[in-house]
Amino acid sequence: MLLSPALAISAVLFTLGVAGVLFRRNAIVIFMCVELMLNAVNLTFVALAQELGVGGQVFVFFVMAVAAAEAAVGLAIILAVYRHKHSVSLQNMNLLKDG
Amino acid sequence: MDTTVALIWLPPALALLGFVLNGTLAFVRPRPGAKTLVSIIGAGVLLAAFGVSVAIFSAFAGLHPDAPLVFRYWSWIPVGTLQLDFAFQVDQLALVMLMVVTGVGSLIHLFSIGYMKDDPGYARYFAYLNLFVFFMLVLVLGANFPVMFVGWEGVGLCSYLLIGFWFSEQANADAGRKAFIMNRIGDFGFMVAMFIIFWSTGSLDFETVFSHAPTALVAGGTTVTAITLFLFLGCTGKSAQIPLYTWLPDAMAGPTPVSALIHAATMVTAGVYLVARCNLLFAMAPISGAVVAGVGALTALFAATIALKQWDIKRVLAYSTISQLGYMFVGVGTGAITAGVFHLMTHAFFKALLFLGSGSVIYAMHHAYHATHSHEDAQDMRNMGGLRRHLPWTWALMWIATLAIAGIPPLSGFFSKDEILAAAFAHGGAQPLWFGFWALGLGTALLTAFYMTRMMLYTFHGPNRTGDTAREHLHEAPWIMTGPLLLLGVLSAAGGLINVPELYHGSAWLHHWLEPVTEQGAALLPQTHLSQGTEWVLVGIAVAVAVLGIAGAWRLLKPESLVPAATSPEERGFARILRHKWYVDEIYDALIVRPLVWLSREVLWKRVDQRAIDSGVVNGAARGARALGWANRWLQTGQVGVYVAVFVVGVLLLLWRAIGRGGS
Repeated sequence: MLLSPALAISAVLFTLGVAGVLFRRNAIVIFMCVELMLNAVNLTFVALAQELGVGGQVFVFFVMAVAAAEAAVGLAIILAVYRHKHSVSLQNMNLLKDG
Repeated sequence: MDTTVALIWLPPALALLGFVLNGTLAFVRPRPGAKTLVSIIGAGVLLAAFGVSVAIFSAFAGLHPDAPLVFRYWSWIPVGTLQLDFAFQVDQLALVMLMVVTGVGSLIHLFSIGYMKDDPGYARYFAYLNLFVFFMLVLVLGANFPVMFVGWEGVGLCSYLLIGFWFSEQANADAGRKAFIMNRIGDFGFMVAMFIIFWSTGSLDFETVFSHAPTALVAGGTTVTAITLFLFLGCTGKSAQIPLYTWLPDAMAGPTPVSALIHAATMVTAGVYLVARCNLLFAMAPISGAVVAGVGALTALFAATIALKQWDIKRVLAYSTISQLGYMFVGVGTGAITAGVFHLMTHAFFKALLFLGSGSVIYAMHHAYHATHSHEDAQDMRNMGGLRRHLPWTWALMWIATLAIAGIPPLSGFFSKDEILAAAFAHGGAQPLWFGFWALGLGTALLTAFYMTRMMLYTFHGPNRTGDTAREHLHEAPWIMTGPLLLLGVLSAAGGLINVPELYHGSAWLHHWLEPVTEQGAALLPQTHLSQGTEWVLVGIAVAVAVLGIAGAWRLLKPESLVPAATSPEERGFARILRHKWYVDEIYDALIVRPLVWLSREVLWKRVDQRAIDSGVVNGAARGARALGWANRWLQTGQVGVYVAVFVVGVLLLLWRAIGRGGS
């Protein structure tokens, strides 16, 4: 079957997502990278469902639903940040730091 | 079992009832008639208890069983092999104590009605007094050591409450605390003794302990010696013997009837009762017997010397009490249990009379000074003198008690004191050390006769020093106070009759009465016997010494030369040492109290508490947490990217661990 290639693609996608989150600064891009990681995981679920039963496919729907909700909240936060700072670059965002 | 004797729970229950009722009344706002009610309850329960006691006594005398009758009420402390019941035991010794406590107690309650009449804490006073009687009865009736210990602690509590009865004055509150703390030291000994008794005999019931003791313990061995010495440590606290006696003179801060009841007639004799109760154990430990008799003899003489130079009438009597308690310990330490208990009883009569008499004097003095708005000391003998004309009844009755305590025949004190001295002398035949105790006792008798005559001379004879205006107001106390004095006078005079020795063709009734309690211990002691001739010589010496003391005081002391306390010069030389009680309080203060306070303040407080605990542990924990936070704050950059990076590194590490473990 196509299990090994599917898992390999999934791993590549996930690593790309992680790398994007780590090294990009634009909040929108980081957000997209997070979505990329979620979809990499989805791919793994679907691929493994071939071997281990339908549970993985069901879980994909859960992930997609949560991702949609998260997208709504995340984009709203980014909008709010933009209004406040006139920027979506996370480099300038260090409000958590003391002083 | 006899139904009358089974009423033994009633006397303590009556006293407890009195406490509850009077205790409730003490919280009620005073209203007219309340005092009458308090008096009726307070003295009534005691009189009723005395009546019941008489009935029990006569019923028991009819049975006269050899073994004590034990009444178990409920299982109190059932723990493994320790099965303790709350139980009372009636035997000959307990009954003698029961009669003394309720009998003398009743008279003192009656006296209190007059003495405390104008006190705002009237109901509280009677509540405490009833509570005291309850605990005292638990003490003497308890059938095992712990029940006795409950009474032992309870009377200590009441003693504390009543010494500090007028607690608004610092000195009185301090005296109460001193008594309590000194007693705690003794109680520690009592408890250790109980632990050893349980460990070695497996029981704490008197019956079981005393029946197992001859087999479970080695006579003269370390265990029984340790038990008895620790018990005696308890006695030195409760019965005011060297080295723990210093609380008793200060205890005179309480109302005078309290001094009569608690600090002369009953509570302070608890130690003597304890030794008498455990006479078998003491008979098995000759070293302890010698310690008891030796401490008693030394205390007797030591306290008598201090009494020679006290001016406060109650303090003279307080030291006299310590001295007489020393006599009792000579008796019980010698193994002459009957003699010790006999002296306990006669002492309860004449010392209660002396204290109540002094109460009557103080009452008169206080009223005289109150009427003239004077602030002189109503207890200082230098302010008295010549009271015989104003208080003739008190004068006559106190002379009876004085002659009794001095040992003039045929008053009660003569018989009991003579019996102790004779027993000590007879024991000297077996152990020569006792000749020394006998000599100390004889010296004490001389001093006793001297200081008691001195007290009577300065109080009742010679010219009056109260002050010209105050003198008009001196008068005899009401009959509710003089009546009990009269009864005690009769008892002081005739109380010796219950144990007239065979030497005078008496029946030695008390001796035979107590035989079931004492015979087991007496069998272990060396048998001593004095010939009739020797006994007569001893009696002659004792009486001669007493007469010498009285006559000496009469000749040497000049009440005419005394001046009122306010203008009296300080004594010089040896008299000054005696006046200051051999500086024992000061020595204790320097050797024990100050080092202890220093240790507590400089080491325990400033070092251990302030530095180690407060600064080190408590503030140290806060400082440590702060330092940790300060050291780690560089991690918190506020950059989300950094957090994510750390997070990813962490996940990778965990993955690596998980895969690595799975692979191995």
